[in-house]
Amino acid sequence: MTDLLEIEGLDVEFPTRRGTVKAARGVSLRVARGEVLGLVGESGAGKSTIGAAIIDLLEPPGRVAGGRIDFQGESLRGRSEAEMRRIRGDRIGMIFQDPQTSLDPLKTIGEQLVETIRKCLGLNEAKAKARAEQLLVDVGITEAKTRLGAYPHQFSGGMRQRVVIALALAGEPDLIIADEPTTALDVSIQAQILDLIKALCRERNVGVIIVTHDIGVIANIADRVCVMYRGEVVETGDVAQILGAPRHEYTRSLIAAVPRADRRLPRFASVDYIEGGASAFRRIDVKTHWLGAAAREEAGRGPALSVAGLDLSFTLRRALLPKNRKMLKAVNDVSFDVAPGETFGIVGESGSGKSTVARIIAGLYKPDAGVVRLMGQDVSTAPRDPKARAARRSLQMIFQDPYSSLNARMRVLDIVAEPIRFFRLAESEAEVRRIVGDLLDHVGLGAAAARRYPHEFSGGQRQRISIARALASRPRILICDEPTSALDVSVQATILNLLRDLQEELGLTMLFISHDLPVIRQMCDRVAVMRHGAICEIAPAERLFEAPEHDYTRHLIDLMPSMDLLEPASI
Amino acid sequence: MTSAPDPSASPPERELGAHPEHQGRMGFFARLMENDVAYSFTRSPIAIIAAIITVLAILACFAAPLIAPFDPFDPAQISLWDGKLPPAWAEGGQAQYLLGTDNQGRDMLSTILYGGRLSILVGLTAVALGMTLGVALGVISGYFGGAVDAFVMRIADVQLTIPGILLAILINGIGRAVIPQELRDDFAIYVVILAIGLTDWPQFARVARGATLVEAQKEYVMAARVIGLPAWLIMLRHVLPNVLRPVMVLATIGLALAIIAEATLSFLGQGIPPTTPSLGTLIRVGNEFLFSGLWWITLFPAIALVTLVFAVNLLGDWMRDALNPKLR
Repeated sequence: MTDLLEIEGLDVEFPTRRGTVKAARGVSLRVARGEVLGLVGESGAGKSTIGAAIIDLLEPPGRVAGGRIDFQGESLRGRSEAEMRRIRGDRIGMIFQDPQTSLDPLKTIGEQLVETIRKCLGLNEAKAKARAEQLLVDVGITEAKTRLGAYPHQFSGGMRQRVVIALALAGEPDLIIADEPTTALDVSIQAQILDLIKALCRERNVGVIIVTHDIGVIANIADRVCVMYRGEVVETGDVAQILGAPRHEYTRSLIAAVPRADRRLPRFASVDYIEGGASAFRRIDVKTHWLGAAAREEAGRGPALSVAGLDLSFTLRRALLPKNRKMLKAVNDVSFDVAPGETFGIVGESGSGKSTVARIIAGLYKPDAGVVRLMGQDVSTAPRDPKARAARRSLQMIFQDPYSSLNARMRVLDIVAEPIRFFRLAESEAEVRRIVGDLLDHVGLGAAAARRYPHEFSGGQRQRISIARALASRPRILICDEPTSALDVSVQATILNLLRDLQEELGLTMLFISHDLPVIRQMCDRVAVMRHGAICEIAPAERLFEAPEHDYTRHLIDLMPSMDLLEPASI
Repeated sequence: MTSAPDPSASPPERELGAHPEHQGRMGFFARLMENDVAYSFTRSPIAIIAAIITVLAILACFAAPLIAPFDPFDPAQISLWDGKLPPAWAEGGQAQYLLGTDNQGRDMLSTILYGGRLSILVGLTAVALGMTLGVALGVISGYFGGAVDAFVMRIADVQLTIPGILLAILINGIGRAVIPQELRDDFAIYVVILAIGLTDWPQFARVARGATLVEAQKEYVMAARVIGLPAWLIMLRHVLPNVLRPVMVLATIGLALAIIAEATLSFLGQGIPPTTPSLGTLIRVGNEFLFSGLWWITLFPAIALVTLVFAVNLLGDWMRDALNPKLR
């Protein structure tokens, strides 16, 4: 059997004014019918570029500079736009990351499907409609007939992604390219979509290229894997071989960095291949340093953080009459205590209210009811009280998106020094600068970073700046709201290690919020599971994973991508 | 995490040590060229021409006392005998009066330069006034929201329902009525600035409020709130610098509008007295003589006004495109 798609020595270039960037260098891969090829790599590895190059949809300055792309024995290079457009619909289907933006909001899904089917297969209106209905049934949408008349906004995210898959299948393609098809979805939906793609691949005997950064997705769906690193394929092989016995050093460190769900490790494996000499910077001795001063003063008694009966509703629709108002109960009677030095995790899917709880505790939202106590001091009923303000200063927060959590117009020095200067935590400007340098050293950035602006740093480095800024208030409690979900897996491992080290040295109390169960297991002592604004279960992390009590917890844990293929020896 | 290829971000960044070109300290020019806006400027011939015209016009007007052949304020240099002379190249023109003279015998070129200086000065200060007021109110209402927001923005909405020039005439009229007769001419300029500035602010307030609503939701503002900084400091240090981009675009286009507004007021006889020439008063004075065949008194100031406003507007348009990441 010949291969469906064969790529040989593919080079993709992006000419920019600062010189030509080679996004792909000598990439070779092949896909057979009925096979799922996983293209895995971290951001900037060039994996999406390959997908775009195959269907000739590279972003404008980009171009294919060399190599072969053969599809069913014919070359796809040098085709006219009209020819490529036919190939794209009829023979190669695409599934994109975000189901919100890949459907036309002004047309019913029926119209979109029928239009595509008629164009690709040349059927008449009635036949196309019947096919559209069949396609919706195939992708697992019930009541397909009535659903055809619905608009995209009437579907949930997972359902919308099913519609996108139906659209990709409309032209009966031989190859489907799925670019991060589940990244924007919750875990419970992710599993269903992956199963669907795999089943369709087998039933219809089509080839599938799945582009992803997530080793878990690869482990679940792929037959063969290509690992990409900086525009090159470093390793290709069966999924069992790649995950179980990786040969290339990069693959090995990438897999080692994936948080394990099956047991807790003292530390994440060091990823020296990726982050050359991260710990080369001088670390300070917190016992004697300014940074540790607050830790020494602390009188340990009672819970460091305690919330009781938190309630918060958001107004969805305003109205004069109460009966016409629409409210969303974002947080419903949430109570928990966190002991000093403990890491308390909150886990839940999107919309579960976990971030809202964090923001109430941080004082960014005012709760409708309930009390937040920091070190025994009530900070929510009278937030302007000087005592409450002082207690607030012992709490700091690290945010999810490292690209929006730093003010782009300020130097790193001024960003980190802001709390020290404002609260006069240091004697002189010279001391401020020395402390900022020490903090930057301590988080692994180096004091020289102080002179620069945030845009000069990568995502992981920015998250280190955020951590340094949080430390500059000398906090006792640190809230981490999805601190690594915007980062690559190798960077995630180093940031999580850093957070753990800091917590240990400074005896911080940590509230760790994540949707990612393996990360929660690695980081937390106790965990609360949230759903629809309420807490389902609070249990010590190990017990939660080994013997979950609540149905929903069990459901979440069952959905975790299985990592059975990972060989324990490689960790 | 998106994996869409961003050509400007690759080659893949290393976790440690970002771009090598950022390692050392760059010179000012090198850093300027790194800037995407500066780059887009060098690639846009229209923007370059518009900028050259604007800068030349502003320089020429402000250097009027140095480069103008006559001083229109010096009675010794004005001779009524030389009044109503056509431009140098026309029949009966004199070489020393390149663009001719007006009815009082003032050299047109010199008067345009001095008048342009006044027009630009009034435009700049009026925009500065409107911008300061509008941005301050816009940022405050965007940051606090709720009742403050509703109050400020409703005032802005009401003001926007009245045509700007009518409002300016109204404010101008009130201003002149309040000032005693003998001081009226001395204070006319300030009244005009006030009138234009107070008409301008709702535009700035709307843009600043919109940008503030976006910025206030960003995590760096939340981080500043968690640190415990007071609201005024967050607005001043964090929000304000990040909303200035769209405001600067508006200010550039607003400058052109303010110059026109001043000319309109003066043309209608509501602005600057004819004894102090501005482009608007020159056009008005010339207008009276247009049907007597003295076309040059009104045409040359009008050309100067149109060129200046056109150039500033082109600059504003380019800026809006260059600063809008969606159009890039």
